[in-house]
Amino acid sequence: MVVLRNPFYSVLALVFHLISLAALFLLLRAEFVAAAQVIVYAGAVMVLYVFVVAYVGGGTEPLTTGGRTLKILSPLFAIAVAAELCIALLGTALNGVSGKGAHFVLGFGTPRNIGRLFLTTYLFAFEIASILLLVSAVGAVVLARRRRGLEPEIEIERRVHIPRPAFTGTMAEAAGTRHPEPGLPELPSAGEAELEPTGAAAGPEGGGQEPSGPPYQGGW
Amino acid sequence: MWIGGYLVVSALIFSIGAAGVLVRRNPLVILLCLELMLNGANLALVAFARMWGGASGQIFALIVMVVAACEVTVGLGLIVAIHRRRLPIDVDELRELQG
Repeated sequence: MVVLRNPFYSVLALVFHLISLAALFLLLRAEFVAAAQVIVYAGAVMVLYVFVVAYVGGGTEPLTTGGRTLKILSPLFAIAVAAELCIALLGTALNGVSGKGAHFVLGFGTPRNIGRLFLTTYLFAFEIASILLLVSAVGAVVLARRRRGLEPEIEIERRVHIPRPAFTGTMAEAAGTRHPEPGLPELPSAGEAELEPTGAAAGPEGGGQEPSGPPYQGGW
Repeated sequence: MWIGGYLVVSALIFSIGAAGVLVRRNPLVILLCLELMLNGANLALVAFARMWGGASGQIFALIVMVVAACEVTVGLGLIVAIHRRRLPIDVDELRELQG
């Protein structure tokens, strides 16, 4: 998963890893944790990942852009951490580590047992977790919201700008209360020349109503 | 089954995740590797819960999963915001906050 170049394949590998881990949880008699692992992680969180990878467009990329020192030292560091953890876990004189675990009592790890613990002994942690979920949901919405002013205004204008023939527009523009943005670059519109009535064609009787300023280019 | 085996597997998962966080420069993959590290810790917690026969370790594993989900949500929101500003998706390039 770490050495895959495409983030999409990394996500798929992580899904496989999570499902295998759920099987290990089942072997450890943690049924509720295994079910939550499959539903929450492999279901919800990974769908979120797949959506973001598809949105960002994860193409094939180099493994790392860091220097050679980073490339060589990081795996060495990881191997050292793994060796140290194994020594720390297995080298201790804990009796349970070498055994098969405690005697299994009926109902250990079932949703009934976990739920009772959550609502009695660990009620405070449960409530804190719910508040944390709410805060993170609100934070994600605020972070990923489409904001005005985030991208340059010109691009938004260009994206929604439709060249309109002259003498069509909103009433606000006709009344002169709403002017197009002064800094907006003039967009080349092909049909502008023939649609725009010249001063001679409009005649003296139409000239009175003609606004004195430049003709509006169809603001919105 | 031998409890120590689960602990060795969890240590290996944690180390692979740490290596990924150090090596990769794409924030998406770094978040994935963080998930890997949290899952290694989760496996150790559940293994210890089985070892002592108490369900408190499983409760803690569930809380860790909730925290991981929150972290992923906020992290992916940040990545989407970065992508929308057309900044490079690379943690080495995003160094404007560096003093």
